[in-house]
Amino acid sequence: MNPESIIEQAKRAFAITKKDIRIYYAKGPVVIFGLFMPLFLFLAFALGNRNLPMPFLLSGLLAMTVFFTATAVSPVIQPWEAQARTLERLIACPVTMKTLIAGDMFASFLFAVGIAIVPIMIGVLVGVVPLYPLLLAAGIILASFCFSALGLLLSTPATNVPSNIMMLSSLLKFPLIFISGVFIPVEQLPFAGQVLAICSPLTYFTDIARYCIMGTNSFPLSVNFAALAVFSIIFALLAIRLHARTVSRRI
Amino acid sequence: MSEADSYQEDAIHATDLRKTFSDIVAVDSISFTVRRGEIFGFLGPNGAGKTTTARMLTGVMQPDGGSAAIFGHDIVHAPVRAKQRCGVVPETANAYTDISAWQNLMLMGELYGVPKHYAEERAKTLLTALGLIERKDQKVQGFSKGMKQRLILAMALLHKPELLFLDEPTSGLDVQSTHLITGMLRELNRNGTTIFLTTHNMEEANRLCDRVAIIQKGRIVTIDSPERLKMAIERLHTIEVSFDPARSADDLITFPGIESARREGDKLVITTEDVDSAIHAITTFGREHNLKIEMLRTLSPTLDEAFLRLTGADSA
Ligand SMILES: Nc1ncnc2c1ncn2[C@@H]1O[C@H](COP(=O)(O)OP(=O)(O)O)[C@@H](O)[C@H]1O
Ligand SMILES: [Mg+2]
Repeated sequence: MNPESIIEQAKRAFAITKKDIRIYYAKGPVVIFGLFMPLFLFLAFALGNRNLPMPFLLSGLLAMTVFFTATAVSPVIQPWEAQARTLERLIACPVTMKTLIAGDMFASFLFAVGIAIVPIMIGVLVGVVPLYPLLLAAGIILASFCFSALGLLLSTPATNVPSNIMMLSSLLKFPLIFISGVFIPVEQLPFAGQVLAICSPLTYFTDIARYCIMGTNSFPLSVNFAALAVFSIIFALLAIRLHARTVSRRI
Repeated sequence: MSEADSYQEDAIHATDLRKTFSDIVAVDSISFTVRRGEIFGFLGPNGAGKTTTARMLTGVMQPDGGSAAIFGHDIVHAPVRAKQRCGVVPETANAYTDISAWQNLMLMGELYGVPKHYAEERAKTLLTALGLIERKDQKVQGFSKGMKQRLILAMALLHKPELLFLDEPTSGLDVQSTHLITGMLRELNRNGTTIFLTTHNMEEANRLCDRVAIIQKGRIVTIDSPERLKMAIERLHTIEVSFDPARSADDLITFPGIESARREGDKLVITTEDVDSAIHAITTFGREHNLKIEMLRTLSPTLDEAFLRLTGADSA
């Protein structure tokens, strides 16, 4: 067995994924930040704007749910591990930083994809069936990957206080909701808002969701997918880079 | 098998390892070699740099200077290969408390690429040997400190490492756990496992190690066998005595076997290499001068005294 081989490292990344799901996703934040928070935001918004069409609202809910779930736990895994004193043992294992990040990211990915089913089911129940389900699935998969990478990037500050990281990431996550076309279509934003919207990965997923569910879009589909892919790669590479630098400061 | 795996390679080869934390030099350019099959002790007081050294050798921290190789694999450039060959019991490590002892072991099996059926067999053997088999399916949360430490040792051993790192493995543990752990270390070593052990406990180093490096303020003061170390230690004993009526220290200093004497409150503190003659001399002196001996006791040397002795700092 060559411990450095990609297959061997991939197996070990999967072991880390299993561990994360068992331990960290069983804790509160996933359900609170991933499901309840979008649901409440959604209800508040829907009640305030009763004339908005259901497909518009549901595609926004889907975008928020995937975004919040993917970024709910991944930022705090390493601070949690450092605080619980399991991190040193973990990084003494024969796994690379890429493996470690991949493992954490995959756990976050699986949860985001899994929870995405909830708003889609709600939609089906109220009679909103996606027009392009396969395209939507592809969008959900790419977006979950992208937002999971963002979540890991958010955990790079070398603080071991999980609540600090949660606060920091909430500070970034909530404003993104308002500039990414979730509640207000990008076209209706003021110019500054539109500029910000272009910088937010969530914008592109919201647009994909909207197209797949109600057939309207602000950007060409190819642009949406390409933007998500580029963001994913940048976030993932940066996360690996920065974690490699900060991880030893946590222990 | 690559060249690095050839049997001549040392288990650990450290060259000028260095680590600083802002203005503190935690490890100050240390070099040493641990041969295959030996138990190598890293002995020093708190803050000496033992943990930092162990962390660099296990790939947890990057050295600021120098290099280290584990069985010929550079810890910075080939960390996965180096780590694959060692088991690690860090100083302040924890198992995952939300899952069971068994699940922790299986996780280690997966992280070290151990085939599942073999991992299960190993886990059973180790848990039995370490007295944890009945608790294997319980969450680690409820384990005592000693049980946790035994589990961490089992986790370190699951993949049958050729080299085992332990950072103060018995510090603060109950007698039973300490006994189990040291017993297991001896047995492992008999079967060929190389062991790198840090401790601030001189006795432990003496009992377990083939060679001991004494580390102080980030530097290696000496590397020696425990026998030689022991000789150096036993050379210097302290005797405390108090007489009634009290006497001055100068009265005793000329006696055979007594190296130094000084007054500390109402007692005299005497250092000697020959406890037997010194005590005889003291009692004879007391009888001759009609003094009542109110208290007399011998003290084993402290680590600090041993250091001074070994480094020759007190003869300067
Ligand atoms: N992460 C760290 N940050 C800052 N200083 C540290 C850190 N780790 C260790 N030190 C300092 O380095 C020195 C050596 O520490 P350590 O290696 O833990 O010693 P030992 O294990 O022998 O007790 C100490 O002065 C300690 O305060
Ligand atoms: Mg220490």
